[in-house]
Amino acid sequence: MNRRIAALAAGALLAAGTALAAGTALAAGTDAAKDSLTLGMVLEPPHLDPTAGAASAIREVTYANIYEGLTRIDHDGQVRPGLAESWSISTDGLTYTFKLVGGVKFHDGSPFNCDVVKFSYGRATAPDSVNAQKQLFEPIADVSCPDQYTAVVKLKRPTALFLFDMGWGDAVMVSPKSAATNKTDPVGTGPFRFKQWVHGDRVVLERNPDYWGAAPKLKTVTFKFVADPSAATAAVLAGDIDAFPLFPAPEAIDQFKADPRFKVVIGTTEGKTIVALNNTRKPFDDVRVRRALTYAIDRSALIDAAMSGYGKPIGSHYVPTDPGYVDLTGTYPYDPEKAKQLLKDAGVAPGTEITIMLPPPSYARRGGEVIAAMWEKVGIKTKLVPIEWAQWLDQVFMRTDYQATIISHTEARDLDIYARDKYYFNYHSDAYRALYEKFVQTVDAKAQLELVGELQKKLAEDEPNVFLFALAKVGVANAKLRGLWENDPVPANDVTGVSWAE
Amino acid sequence: MSSIWRSRNLIAGAALSLAMLAVALLSLIWTPYPPTGMDFLHRLAPPSAVHPFGTDSFGRDVLSMIMTGAQSSLTVALIAVAVGAGIGVPLGALAASRGGLLDDVVMRGCDLAFAFPALLTAVMITALAGPGAVNAMLAIGIFNIPVFARVTRGAARGVLVREFVLAARTAGRSDTAIVLIHVLPNIAAVLMVQATIQFALAIVADAGLSYVGLGVQPPQPSWGRMLNEAQTFIWRAPLLAVFPGLAITLAVLGLNLLGDGMQDLLDPRLRRAR
Repeated sequence: MNRRIAALAAGALLAAGTALAAGTALAAGTDAAKDSLTLGMVLEPPHLDPTAGAASAIREVTYANIYEGLTRIDHDGQVRPGLAESWSISTDGLTYTFKLVGGVKFHDGSPFNCDVVKFSYGRATAPDSVNAQKQLFEPIADVSCPDQYTAVVKLKRPTALFLFDMGWGDAVMVSPKSAATNKTDPVGTGPFRFKQWVHGDRVVLERNPDYWGAAPKLKTVTFKFVADPSAATAAVLAGDIDAFPLFPAPEAIDQFKADPRFKVVIGTTEGKTIVALNNTRKPFDDVRVRRALTYAIDRSALIDAAMSGYGKPIGSHYVPTDPGYVDLTGTYPYDPEKAKQLLKDAGVAPGTEITIMLPPPSYARRGGEVIAAMWEKVGIKTKLVPIEWAQWLDQVFMRTDYQATIISHTEARDLDIYARDKYYFNYHSDAYRALYEKFVQTVDAKAQLELVGELQKKLAEDEPNVFLFALAKVGVANAKLRGLWENDPVPANDVTGVSWAE
Repeated sequence: MSSIWRSRNLIAGAALSLAMLAVALLSLIWTPYPPTGMDFLHRLAPPSAVHPFGTDSFGRDVLSMIMTGAQSSLTVALIAVAVGAGIGVPLGALAASRGGLLDDVVMRGCDLAFAFPALLTAVMITALAGPGAVNAMLAIGIFNIPVFARVTRGAARGVLVREFVLAARTAGRSDTAIVLIHVLPNIAAVLMVQATIQFALAIVADAGLSYVGLGVQPPQPSWGRMLNEAQTFIWRAPLLAVFPGLAITLAVLGLNLLGDGMQDLLDPRLRRAR
């Protein structure tokens, strides 16, 4: 009898619990003079070495907090001095002389000087470099050290974005002593140092008492990993998470807006959300198929349904907020009939099945369901396979063992990925590479922007992936929290300027 | 007085369970809308004549999803119970008829299985084997095995000492024949009741697994996932959580009432007491 009652009760509880979990309005923690912060993230980083992995989650934990570079990119996308307090550029644009901040020490006590710069850049340019953004360092010809606190970087050719590039999370300074173990025990020069990593749950940082710059106001920062939209909503409502800068449940935003305990920040990211197609696999090797799959998607309906309307449609691998953006969303407007015709022309039989791998973020999981329904209408059957982040990085990104996947590329201005020899969507176009080569070698800013437009157009023409929308930064935070970034010009959660209002 | 109440239980339980079965069967051939079809212009629509239960965040018809969800819930629960009974009953019967070391091993094995919370075990199994309907069935089925083994053993031991079994044994019947011909028919009632209860538990377990994303995978609808998805929409469309919750509650209530009623009707001891 007990057991039957238990079954009944469990059934009722499951229903009631749903209402309660989202409904309870517990008072958020109101400790006086709070000096700790718990920040929510959807994805857990695979490791904590930003110079050895493509996952943005690594930089979302470490950027500006643990590691610093010679320059840094601020919340407004501008280049600011980092470990280099100033620099000068030779008139031919080939020699950069950085004046380094003196007396800086890594968390393990080892000193920061020009040798570290030489080591860090040398490591990134080495043939066996595992840096995910090797192209940033490719122009570097040589680093020399006239004295301990001066670094002279010689380039192979003028590179317009060099200072911006050296501000990326992938270009941070690492100590020769700890470079090999940074994945599990990150050591940088930043205002926070690594304290603890509970896998599957959280990473904890604590204030670095020996920091060379202005001391941060926070004493401890906890990055907590919650992928499930419902769980994330409940955790923020209960005050377990103080800020969720890339909040996975945009549909709950109105609820937070109406609640004075919270503030909602809607900003932009560099996230180009795409259906990545494995271009070497049939039928995606046929441009007609890739175009058809794009014609079949109603982007604004997708943004409404999967993202509650947050996000801007894109027609190429570039976001509207970046310089040189060309609106190409009209290249393949929503047209299911045309999609069917193209699929027919390409010999793709109705009922052909496509497997889409869906990593945990809700843009992928929910977007996948919507795209499945849209492709269904043009006769493509889809199989949705939800996978974990680590598995995505391994199977899709590293081993390119997939047909299609949905992912947001959050790196800034990363048109280069389509010019790489090996990248997980396997796009190969000599015309694009030539164009990109031309872009890289162009110094004139105006001519460069024009080429950025050409590159976007070429991608829209070839449509290697289905370009969907620019990911919005839909953030929720405790109303008393100050100093979080509103936009994401680079993937980061820079908490160095965060504080609690009285 | 009490017998009327008890048969009312049976009738109400049977009616609810049959209704669920009917809905599940109907969903195989007809639903008002395709359960995975999305109507982006009518998202989060409240209940109306066009969509009696409204639509969800993708503009899918909730009624159609509930109907299809019944089908997947029933399938998972049915197969899970079949797995549990199919392995548990022979194990229990074997333990009862052979006794000795075998009995000890089987029963201690059951104790061991009981030591782990059933739903957590299922979560663990599906998390290891990968999410999906088949793995959910197996996971729920596995924790049903010891339940059936224990009930079978207990009931069979009661029958095995009866005179007609002794007579059959004296007449030279084999153990297998005795179990099949004399024991099983006599404990069928108990097993039926147990199966109904396990069925209800399996439905809750299936809903729980799909609630945490380990059961039936999208786009195939399931009650548990509907509840999960409704959660963040609770302020905008609270009814989204009500309908799947109600479906689970009614299904479990129906099966429990049916089990109760059947127990009263079939259990000879209770019949005598009346």
